[in-house]
Amino acid sequence: MVGDILFLEINVIERLSFTQETEKLVDELTDIHGDLVFHQSGGCCDGSAPMCFPRDEFKVGSRDIYLGEIKGQPFFIAHDQYAYWEHTKLIIDVVPGRGGMFSLEGPTGKRFLTRSKVFSDDEYKEIKSNPPLSASEVSGIEGLKTTS
Amino acid sequence: MLDNSTLFVYPGDTGAKLMPKSRYENYIGGKWCSPKDGKYFENTSPTTGKVICEIPRSNSKDIELALDAAHKAAPDWGKTGPAIRANILLKIADRIEENTEMLALAETLDNGKPIREGHAADIPLTVDHFRYFAGAIRSQEGTIGNIDGMSSGGGNSALGMMAYHYPEPLGVVGQIIPWNFPILMAAWKLAPALAAGNAVVLKPAEQTPFSICVLMELIEDLIPPGVVNIVQGFGVEAGKPLASSNRIAKVGFTGETTTGKLIMQYASENLIPVTLELGGKSPNIFFKDVMDGSDDYISRCVEGFLHAYFNQGEVCTCPSRALIHEDIYEPFMAMVEDRVNMLNCGTPFDLNTQVGAQASNEQFEKIMSYMDVGVQEGAKVLFGGGKRQMEGSLSGGYYVAPTAFKGNNSMRIFQEEIFGPVVSVTTFKDEAEALAIANDTLYGLGAGVWSRNANTCYRMGGGIQAGRVWVNNYHSYPAHAAFGGYKNSGIGRETHKMMLNHYQQTKNVLVSYAEEPDGFF
Repeated sequence: MVGDILFLEINVIERLSFTQETEKLVDELTDIHGDLVFHQSGGCCDGSAPMCFPRDEFKVGSRDIYLGEIKGQPFFIAHDQYAYWEHTKLIIDVVPGRGGMFSLEGPTGKRFLTRSKVFSDDEYKEIKSNPPLSASEVSGIEGLKTTS
Repeated sequence: MLDNSTLFVYPGDTGAKLMPKSRYENYIGGKWCSPKDGKYFENTSPTTGKVICEIPRSNSKDIELALDAAHKAAPDWGKTGPAIRANILLKIADRIEENTEMLALAETLDNGKPIREGHAADIPLTVDHFRYFAGAIRSQEGTIGNIDGMSSGGGNSALGMMAYHYPEPLGVVGQIIPWNFPILMAAWKLAPALAAGNAVVLKPAEQTPFSICVLMELIEDLIPPGVVNIVQGFGVEAGKPLASSNRIAKVGFTGETTTGKLIMQYASENLIPVTLELGGKSPNIFFKDVMDGSDDYISRCVEGFLHAYFNQGEVCTCPSRALIHEDIYEPFMAMVEDRVNMLNCGTPFDLNTQVGAQASNEQFEKIMSYMDVGVQEGAKVLFGGGKRQMEGSLSGGYYVAPTAFKGNNSMRIFQEEIFGPVVSVTTFKDEAEALAIANDTLYGLGAGVWSRNANTCYRMGGGIQAGRVWVNNYHSYPAHAAFGGYKNSGIGRETHKMMLNHYQQTKNVLVSYAEEPDGFF
């Protein structure tokens, strides 16, 4: 779980949000697999989609950016990818589908999908003045694997 | 095909040239095997949304069975002479070629691509790939280094010494195949692996598991049992136990960055090599002087833009960023739009159709989400921009209109592989700006350069940070040209005989013909 609630309200809500369907699916997956970690993918095929793993399965890059959490499950994106994505808020949704490589929801017939909202100029200023934390800087995420 | 028509009967319907079974099994140890836990999933066609067949929902137990079979087969297979392996590859190629029509139908049904692509590209390229690696392994030779007489620590050990180098197979390899070219991508991985003498456990994409079953039914009698094993199922249930197994000597993966990283993590546990092809965001650059060419050449360049709609844009090297010199932007894009308006976007089962269905619902949804981001970012829709609603039995399929956005390279639609028929277009002033835009991306898989000036082409060919730069052509995939990524686009190469190196290890036998003692002791 992410410990610092205040931090969440300031930083996290702004860069990441999610739909009710996502909440439901995350609940379903945590019931089966326990703590999770999300990582935004890039590239081809199942790329540009969020991947969801058991938290201790995937080692998050120490420089990867912490975007927030979905019902206590942290969400990261590669730092170089974030540089191209930082002007948008990610909205994690669920659609009917299959695949997602090793992402845990594959067998459910549902697939996480990243939707996006472009920040307004004011929002973007606030985002820029409030830099995100990297995986090695974020604290209190139990079971998170990263290089210190 | 219907008489006097270019339209194929939908597979499974009366008179169709392809009649899918209601259920397929895993192919392990030369036999079709039910999954250990008896579970299956329904595989649907993206052309109609209708169920094609049931496919095994395998898990680690099935992967272990396949690994057992592969390990049983690998030692003998690895010792067969290259000529024997080459002949098997040639027979596979012939068998595939004889059944081009049926395999193309299977690809269209499973993946949604128009059947003309399977006919003209996927299947002929598959055939050629097996033939190429048959030739490559026949002609492969090691080297001999003459070390005779080299001073070696002052002793006599190097007297009459020869260093023999020759390649040996890795053993049992794991391969994870994407859904955009299900048979061709399997061939890209299988042909070099088999030529090199490895046994394979292959996991097809769960979005497109059907066509490879049709392929294996065609060629199973040509391959010794256990040399090729196909285990179907979901990535997390079947792909993961394969990629993380300590019983494979290498893993080959085509997909995206996060899973690529995870696969490298697994590989690091087992100290095995990986090859990864993870996609791109390929620039396609049209210099001002293309308009000085003949009408035919200009038409070729316009077609070069439209390559972005090949396979509905579901290509790792989709030229999805078009960079057009500002002086020719208006007339060039006018010709592009005219040509796009002439595209045949009918049923994928018609040989005249040029743009088919996206491979899955989630892919369709992802493309729509990017259309939305593009509009929000202020990009202008030049044409297309949404769903393509089809009629009748195709109304349940996943169709997108060929689309172009005008914007700039900092927009997300310029930075992410949308994997749909969506081109993001921008302009440049000079060569330096074109190169800067081309390289302002995380990826480096493909790029296109269009110019009549050889020196411009030469400089751009060297300057673009991508593994493949097409000059005055695009989307050509000859087996004899290396394909692979710079930057985040991956590790290693596919196609070309250098691919054999990814499936072999070098044996050095260091032989002394000295008669005298070394003189050390």
